[in-house]
Amino acid sequence: MTAPAGGGAGGAGGALPLHRALGVTDDELLAIGDRLGRAPNDLELAIFSVMWSEHCSYKSSRPLLKTLPTEGEGVVAGPGENAGVIDIGDGLAVAFKIESHNHPSAVEPYQGAATGVGGILRDIFTMGARPIAVLDALRFGDPTDARTRHLVDGVVRGVGGYGNCVGVPTVGGELIFDPSYQGNPLVNVMAIGLLETRELTLASAPGPGNLVVLFGSATGRDGIGGASVLASATFTHDDPSKRPSVQVGDPFAEKLLIEASLELITRGLVEGLQDLGAGGISCATSETADRAGTGMLVDLDAVPRREPGMEPFEVMISESQERMLAVILPERRAAVEEVCARWGLPCAVIGRVTADGDIVIVAGGLTDDGHPAPGARELARMPARALTSDAIVHERVASPPARTRKAPAPGAPEAASDGLPERGMDPGAVLLALLGSANLASRQPVFEQYDSTVQTNTVAGPGRGAAVMRVKGTRKALVATTDCNAPVGGIDPWLGAALSVAEATRNISITGARPLGVTNCLNFGDPTRPEAFWQLTEAVRGLGDACRALGLPVTGGNVSLYNESPAGAILPTPEIGVVGLLDDIDRLTGPAFRTEGDLVFLLGAATPGLAASEYARLAGIAPEDGPPVLDLVREMALQRLVRAAIGRGLVASAQDVSAGGFAVAAAECAMWSGLGARLRLRVASSPAVDLFGESPSRIIISGRPQDADDLVRLAAGHGVPIEQVGTVGGSRLVIELAGSGATGAAEERGSRVADALDLPIEELDRVWRTGLSRILGWDAGS
Amino acid sequence: MTRIGVVVFPGSNCDTDTLHGLEVAGAEPVALWHEQASLDGVQAVVLPGGFAYGDYLRAGVIARFSPIMRSVSAFAAAGGLVLGICNGFQVLAEAGLVPGALLRNRGLRFLGRDVLITAERNDTAFTWLAGERRPLRMPVAHGEGCYFADDETLDQLERDGQVLFRYVHADGTRAGEAGDPANPNGSLRAIAGVMNAAGNVAGLMPHPERAAEAVLGSEDGLGILRSLVEATRRRAAEGIVPTVAGVVR
Repeated sequence: MTAPAGGGAGGAGGALPLHRALGVTDDELLAIGDRLGRAPNDLELAIFSVMWSEHCSYKSSRPLLKTLPTEGEGVVAGPGENAGVIDIGDGLAVAFKIESHNHPSAVEPYQGAATGVGGILRDIFTMGARPIAVLDALRFGDPTDARTRHLVDGVVRGVGGYGNCVGVPTVGGELIFDPSYQGNPLVNVMAIGLLETRELTLASAPGPGNLVVLFGSATGRDGIGGASVLASATFTHDDPSKRPSVQVGDPFAEKLLIEASLELITRGLVEGLQDLGAGGISCATSETADRAGTGMLVDLDAVPRREPGMEPFEVMISESQERMLAVILPERRAAVEEVCARWGLPCAVIGRVTADGDIVIVAGGLTDDGHPAPGARELARMPARALTSDAIVHERVASPPARTRKAPAPGAPEAASDGLPERGMDPGAVLLALLGSANLASRQPVFEQYDSTVQTNTVAGPGRGAAVMRVKGTRKALVATTDCNAPVGGIDPWLGAALSVAEATRNISITGARPLGVTNCLNFGDPTRPEAFWQLTEAVRGLGDACRALGLPVTGGNVSLYNESPAGAILPTPEIGVVGLLDDIDRLTGPAFRTEGDLVFLLGAATPGLAASEYARLAGIAPEDGPPVLDLVREMALQRLVRAAIGRGLVASAQDVSAGGFAVAAAECAMWSGLGARLRLRVASSPAVDLFGESPSRIIISGRPQDADDLVRLAAGHGVPIEQVGTVGGSRLVIELAGSGATGAAEERGSRVADALDLPIEELDRVWRTGLSRILGWDAGS
Repeated sequence: MTRIGVVVFPGSNCDTDTLHGLEVAGAEPVALWHEQASLDGVQAVVLPGGFAYGDYLRAGVIARFSPIMRSVSAFAAAGGLVLGICNGFQVLAEAGLVPGALLRNRGLRFLGRDVLITAERNDTAFTWLAGERRPLRMPVAHGEGCYFADDETLDQLERDGQVLFRYVHADGTRAGEAGDPANPNGSLRAIAGVMNAAGNVAGLMPHPERAAEAVLGSEDGLGILRSLVEATRRRAAEGIVPTVAGVVR
């Protein structure tokens, strides 16, 4: 992007008109004119181009997002604020949000990922919460491809380089490989913070006459147009010309910014606080003013800069990192300056809150009483509303692709529809292949590049289910996870989103914790393409349906569109983040078996549908075979049951059945405990479905024999099928198959599938542990 | 109460963890700001983990020039007990208060996971309550933790009993140098921690404060913190209170 030249919005002689060069359509230019009552000047146009970008304005997704449930027990702040905040008792609240940094990470993986972490952390401490955990959900293309490996390495180093330095533990996340992300990787980062409820700080600019203070790093030319150039357009390929649009992170500055911001809040020195992210000063000033119904007079000359000669539009839309905007009472100026100076952070009063509702940019200084100094020039004047809450909304066209086959509705006949490549299948070999595969092998080689234990709260770190952080000074713990079933979403976006919510919340419930709320990062394709917009529409519907059924509020999130490359669009990827609360940490239940002789139970029952499973990926089953069904009522009953059983002390371990199916879940229970098990699984339709199918709403638990009767009664009371499937013990995982599906039909076809799966835990563990390094070509060991 | 100071540099990120861990270990911890010259009358000093001043140039290299480090050096010279953990160890090495240097991990990646170490001696102010010689499990989290010194120095350290901790296998045997996952960073002779010749200044890369409570999965680090706290208490009871100006008897 070049500096807006003279000649106005109509564009200078012959070249592309300025507005189009900035990504503003002709319709949008007219709408800007309507809101201003005149044509915008070049600076105003540059500001509108950023503020009306997809990334800042949600102009395609806003009507959809309005349909999501946002009310829930304890919700203190919901969508529209920097992060969702939910009360957890004891005068404390948890703040959490997930956000994407996809396109920057594709261009420059280290900085893209690093600033992704930095940005979401700022959303958390802006609200007065100390960041206590980060989870990062990463998706890439072919792991054997050199470019993918470069991206994985850079992103992982970037997440670590930033998170490790600021001292916020990376406690979880995902790493998934799928060809659809080849040209467009996804970097979604979730951050969680803890605050004293009374210190909740909102990003608003109340009180005309109050001072507007910018503190943190100086403003430079990095990240110009990050929101509009990178985040809001279809991605062509690795384009070096876009590198200047990627911001550069300084985690040391962020660490100082965290401490200074929290000190300002704790000491009651700020009226409102907002971080500078996408859209820079333009966004922070207009959003805070709009929320408070005020305006702002900004003196451009007062903004501390990294270099001379910056154009006004560069100062206004720069996305230089590690900056905060505070609104303060005039008499607190000295105290605020003292705090910033102690933390070594530049701090400048750049303007005043006004009553007229306009964002006014001047050059030439302000007088002491907050008016433009004599000789100052007004460069821009725009209603704050026009930039934010009254930004343009596009009604996009949604239409399903012709070939879509809807998943069977709940209650539909559950006939086996799977084309089973089971002839001659050796279930043990399949299990080993799954455990060593790119998406199921241990993520330890990645997770160990992160500091997961700083802050001394991590009870369960990354890699083995949901992360658990104790809350110091209480008996409580916070439990968090991210999840997304994108492959199913590729067949049925409603189902993919609903399954993602079901699985994420199930991961919370199996620890004994109660899910509190949901944050989401909707990664989709170009919304002007009807099929991509249909996917988004369906996914939002699925997200809303699942959250309503499970009684959970959506407290915020982020939308990332235009995730396409010349190779095509990504799978619809509605990444779900969930935070749960465990009231008594002594009740915390983990996935690993605990004691030799405990009985193993399966809660819930398998349903057919292998499409989009990891087994299908391995066996080459076409999507037309259909994914499994999801019954949200059953899911809710199951999660209630497991929480109740854990609450009564009936459960020694609990692991949900998800990617890789029952066999992989059982292998995890065994590997992570070092205890084997002898299990006997009743096969209803087909061994592949029962062993490796990923139908939802199933949990493997273990418990003491003397508690079996209570467990069975409790399950019956909740209306959840329960089956005793075996016993914990030994050093091997044995799964025998029983029932007509296992013996009669399979044997008739001459299949060996009736053979028991019987493997030493050591071998499972070795394959699982070494899989990812092997696939990524990383050296083992140090 | 035993007052133990924890130095807070800009970029320290284990300061509150260390304050908390010392409290669990029975001390009255006190935060000491990097710009102050006074040690506020503390009876021992801990330099915590983190990225002091960002550590962009090299870990610990700038922190050693801070006002408080002049006082810490004087305190150490007077016989005061000083413990550096992770970045604190790096700062002590840069300041020349303990021998050797911490280089980038041989794998050239940051590494955060549990390791096993043993105390080579159980008669020092930092290890006497760490229990019988057995593997202690606690996390490491660093990118520059490869302990390095020339052979002559290493020989001398071993001869004089200045090697305080080593990385070990589960059976207690010493980890190898390169390519042995039990040695997370490739430290020479599997050295995880050392002390000065006088035995009053020590540093280690693993984080005892992150393994000081059962809820976190290991209490093996608590013995190290308690060693320091109790040694400090005893010395105070015996009237040995080092100050910046010298030992007051």
